[in-house]
Amino acid sequence: MKFRSVFDIIGPVMIGPSSSHTAGAARIGRVARTLFGRQPEWARIHLYGSFAETYKGHGTDIAIIGGLLDYDTFDERIKTSFADAERLGLTFEFIPEEEEAEHPNTAKLIIGDSKSVMELTGISIGGGTMEVTELNGFPLRLSGHFPALLIVHEDRAGVIASVSNALAAQGVNIAHMECGRKEKGEMALMVIEVDQFINDALINELEVLAHVTQVSTLAN
Amino acid sequence: MEVLFRSVKELVALAEVQNKPISEIMIEQEMLMTKRSREDIIAQMDNNLTVMENAVEKGLEGVYSTSGLTGGDAVLLQKYMATGKSLCGDLVIDAISKAVATNEVNAAMGTICATPTAGAAGIVPGTLFAVKNKLNPTREQMLNYLFTSGAFGFVVANNASISGAAGGCQAETGSAGSMAAAAIVEMAGGTPQQSAEAFSIVMKNMLGLVCDPVAGLVEVPCVKRNAMGAAKALVGADMALAGVVSRIPTDEVIEAMHKIGQSMPSALRETAKGGLAATPTGKALEAKIFGKDKVDSDSVHS
Repeated sequence: MKFRSVFDIIGPVMIGPSSSHTAGAARIGRVARTLFGRQPEWARIHLYGSFAETYKGHGTDIAIIGGLLDYDTFDERIKTSFADAERLGLTFEFIPEEEEAEHPNTAKLIIGDSKSVMELTGISIGGGTMEVTELNGFPLRLSGHFPALLIVHEDRAGVIASVSNALAAQGVNIAHMECGRKEKGEMALMVIEVDQFINDALINELEVLAHVTQVSTLAN
Repeated sequence: MEVLFRSVKELVALAEVQNKPISEIMIEQEMLMTKRSREDIIAQMDNNLTVMENAVEKGLEGVYSTSGLTGGDAVLLQKYMATGKSLCGDLVIDAISKAVATNEVNAAMGTICATPTAGAAGIVPGTLFAVKNKLNPTREQMLNYLFTSGAFGFVVANNASISGAAGGCQAETGSAGSMAAAAIVEMAGGTPQQSAEAFSIVMKNMLGLVCDPVAGLVEVPCVKRNAMGAAKALVGADMALAGVVSRIPTDEVIEAMHKIGQSMPSALRETAKGGLAATPTGKALEAKIFGKDKVDSDSVHS
């Protein structure tokens, strides 16, 4: 089920004018910001389908930038996000694409700073609800409904077991898990949605596990 | 996954067997699925209701969008109602004025609560605050109105769509009007099955409605479609309360809406390329608002 809560239907509380093109877009930007772990210095944003056709009228662009600045859907600062971005040192570029994406409301965000670059594709599926469909080239499905762990690691035997053991030891239950890799033995990604709050101690524990290269979290 | 209902048929059956209103089934499912307490859930809905009240209040004072396409109509409607000359009756005019008020605030980038979307955000609160004057509900009953609307919207969102880009306006104002009709029935003392009938009657009359916003803005024709959605919700509720039933079951009506959305060309699904957006006046307004650089392929900001 894509929609799990009554507040996906009666909600979100948001700045207008469009739940899919403004609120959903802001959420895609904010998830990207959270997974990046800090404010990026630059962003290149490709828009597809209805996003590409109507982004100016809907404020999709200012909403995504607002999200990258960590603004929630109801944050009035969304209206001034372009000026805020300039002040906070975030440069950005919007590229409306002609080609059709699988979903009519699709945005691909490439964000980065001097340390790293991240690429995230998100879709806005209606009523302000969104899903992440791709992260750094890995296809995935992440709704943001649950707290989630995203673990980049080397594709080696036992890594998944050691991560799940660490979760079990802390009493953290796995609600949904996806594993994928680019090539055998190369970089791999685990996406783990959990029922409990993820604390810093757990993150620290996961970060030092063998073959784990990066741990990101997404709070509910 | 633990879920109490996936269809309207299951929702109505649960309400009937347990002798509970639909709103209560929605609250129980929310507790089950999100593991939150009843108090938490009620408090969040109460906050959403307050946001809706504030938006209507602001809209009735008169607001205008930056494009200049919408604004001020809620005030006109209230003034007209005050003359006592309305043909539809005060309840209908009050509902549509409050639906318009909410959407005028939305178009002006004010704060609203999506129900189920921002483009359709006027219908559920518009009908609620009008019916309120007739039925004198408690605050709890007003919250239940929102939970019942949400229960029906939940089924639509998971089995069809609530996005104009995916399903056209039938998925947005169509869903909102149908959800509101079901909630009005419950507040007026109708049965769960009558709520489902009201939903079906309204949705059947929204099928095929395209999403064709002028200049891609949630303004023309969105604001007036919210007015009509509110009016249809009231009519559908009255029909169901009178005992009129839908020959096509609710879940099949929802499925029909889904299939119609899938077969709608992309020009009519929130791309601003067809319908009213593509009329000579629609195009002229777009050019006036955005200038000729609207579809520039590479706009750079820094």
